[in-house]
Amino acid sequence: MRKYLAFFRTRFNMGLQYRVAAIAGLACQFFWGAMAILAFKAFHDTDPSSFPMSMPAMSSYIWLQQALLTLLTLGGMDNEFFSVIESGNVAYELCRPVDVYGMWYSRSAATRVSNAMLRCVPVIIISALLPAPYGLSAPPDLLTFLTFLLSLILALAVINAMGMIVYMITFHTITPRGVRLIAINICDFFSGDIIPLPFFPAGFKEFVELLPFSATANVPLRIYSGDLHGPEMVKLMLLQALWAVVLIAAGKLIERRELRRVTVQGG
Amino acid sequence: MKLYLKYFEIHLKSAMQFKGSFFATMISQFLTAFTVFLGITFMFGRFNSVDGFTYEEVLLCYAIILMGFGLSQLFASGFKVFDSMIGNGQFDRILCRPRNEIFQVLSQRVDFVRLGMLFQAVVMLVYSLVTCPVDWTFTRVLTVIFMIAGGFVLFSALFLLDGSIAFFTIQGLEVMNVFTYGALEHGKYPLSIYGRKMLTFCTFVVPYALIQYYPLTYVLGRADRLWYMFLPIIACLFVVPCWIVWRIGVSRYKSTGS
Amino acid sequence: MIEVKALRKTFKVARREAGFSEAVKALFHREYEYIHALDEVSFSIGGGEMVGYIGPNGAGKSSTIKILSGILTPDSGVCTVGGRTPWKERRAHVKEIGVVFGQRSQLWWDVPVIDSFELLKEIYSIPDSVYSKNLSELTETLDLPKIIKTPARQLSLGQRMRCEIAASLLHDPKVLFLDEPTIGLDAVSKLAVRDFIKRRNQEHGTTVILTTHDMQDIEALASRIILIGKGKILLDGTLDDIRRGGEHIDETVAELYKKFDV
Repeated sequence: MRKYLAFFRTRFNMGLQYRVAAIAGLACQFFWGAMAILAFKAFHDTDPSSFPMSMPAMSSYIWLQQALLTLLTLGGMDNEFFSVIESGNVAYELCRPVDVYGMWYSRSAATRVSNAMLRCVPVIIISALLPAPYGLSAPPDLLTFLTFLLSLILALAVINAMGMIVYMITFHTITPRGVRLIAINICDFFSGDIIPLPFFPAGFKEFVELLPFSATANVPLRIYSGDLHGPEMVKLMLLQALWAVVLIAAGKLIERRELRRVTVQGG
Repeated sequence: MKLYLKYFEIHLKSAMQFKGSFFATMISQFLTAFTVFLGITFMFGRFNSVDGFTYEEVLLCYAIILMGFGLSQLFASGFKVFDSMIGNGQFDRILCRPRNEIFQVLSQRVDFVRLGMLFQAVVMLVYSLVTCPVDWTFTRVLTVIFMIAGGFVLFSALFLLDGSIAFFTIQGLEVMNVFTYGALEHGKYPLSIYGRKMLTFCTFVVPYALIQYYPLTYVLGRADRLWYMFLPIIACLFVVPCWIVWRIGVSRYKSTGS
Repeated sequence: MIEVKALRKTFKVARREAGFSEAVKALFHREYEYIHALDEVSFSIGGGEMVGYIGPNGAGKSSTIKILSGILTPDSGVCTVGGRTPWKERRAHVKEIGVVFGQRSQLWWDVPVIDSFELLKEIYSIPDSVYSKNLSELTETLDLPKIIKTPARQLSLGQRMRCEIAASLLHDPKVLFLDEPTIGLDAVSKLAVRDFIKRRNQEHGTTVILTTHDMQDIEALASRIILIGKGKILLDGTLDDIRRGGEHIDETVAELYKKFDV
């Protein structure tokens, strides 16, 4: 635990040192969220009856999305420490008496959490102060909030496992960067990053919800805003858990295969 | 010009050395634009119009801005990596050569992968030109061309400004992304949907509306003001302050490293 | 050829301390330190001279070279190269000089070296006849014919350095600045580079200014030495002036550094 705390602290200090960048990044996210809400508001005003979510729920969705950007998108992957394999320093990792996948998985998750923590607090505070229907509203009740937290953890588990797999299977291809970008594009779209899933055409939406991509940001964001509830919510959360287990298991298998390859290559 | 073609050739040769990576990145560029297009399409599956603009009209708007942006990314992306040019001493090398610095920075990079994005723009442009119920007169076609060219110049000026910031702080400022990527992302809809205040900002501070909203209303026949077609040219004046910031940056340049 | 008078250059550097509370403090208030990279530096170098410009790390060597080659603008002072002030008439000035940074490359990474040369021909607007003459002369004396068809990234450091030097001389510069040209090279390559620079100086009368930490370079090439430390010129003389016979050149220089406390 102490190790992780130390890791957290260094990251935090690193982030703080670039003050201009920190403030600018915040302004950037804030502007981005505001513009997205204004665009959806324009659609809402044109024809409120066709709008599948309530406007306050929509605003909450967008602000949380901005706040949790680095936590819940595939692009939030920290590739830095995977370079140990590329540089051959993986030998050190193998010498340590721990499960390699487990260690990398938790380190990657820690990076996501610490990156997000720096940014989410100010975004949440400022957006909560905005007037309705533009601001971040409180969840309907405490239970919803707790369910949201649980779903958030599941989403993190899924996206992190997915990131690991994407990284590992593209590792030995000649085009790691390009393929990773393609994966990020696909995941972003199906997780409701461009437009939330309720806006997808009926039928198609139900199909997309079964995919692992929607088991990420889509579920917690919609639970918080109150858009997702009842049996539908339970179903999607169970799917989240299922995908987390499947993706982690798949990741472990791939890791074993990859490591064998690395050691063989190393001679 | 001859020199630029020479650079162009070298960039093309370099890109072709890694064909797989090149095409994969190009596809990802296409997907970035394509998913936004899908998003618009899904939205209009539910709504017939937004703020009075139809699906075809919004596609025309997005196609124009995407084309201006894509062209500027293709030819002016040297500014985007300018901070690393300072960091690795490449800019020192540029200053040791008897050519204009801006020209040289521009020629350091031709980002061919943006062709993926431009492909999406061309498809949408053709589609919307055909389907929009617009009487395509000569001046209207010319206006569309002005809008694309104006977008190219405006985005390039913003990239120039973004690059210039590297003279003053070692890291580039993320806030500039709002003005480039953000303008593309949110400029897919006619700017009027964001309200009067935003439209005023986009008219007088950073003149996006001059290359997008006003000439678009002329093209679509909502505003019967022929002079709107020349607004994109006025928007190009935005280059001047950006260039001044660049000049100040060059004169204060501190080279890094030993 | 080169006149430098009372050159000054100061850099402002943000001071930063470790720790969380310091990082938070720095968010609001930042302290700066001023570093005098050059402090009243003056010297003059005649045409055809070969000068070794030495000093410990951070003494101001690179700053001087960068000012002389038009990259940096000094805070005050006078500097002319061939009658021109580098940072004021940058483009005319750089046509007359060649610069080699030992730790950096000016070659295009992924294309054959000859393509980089062709590009430089356009950048410097070198006439066809001059270009082909210089190219054949340089490829011959630097033994390049076999390697210029190879992409730069596949060359060994020694091969690449020979190409870098050729690239800097394609436009017949009157002055050549060499910033650590032999860094990281093997013994054979070092000798080849030194030999070539010497010949270039003798046959073309090119003025050469060389910074290096390798004292064998100085011994082999420079008839004159300028020693800089903490932004000031400490010594300007010939190698024989500072040598007291018998001892190794590295010892001589170490002795000098100690004497001037740099």
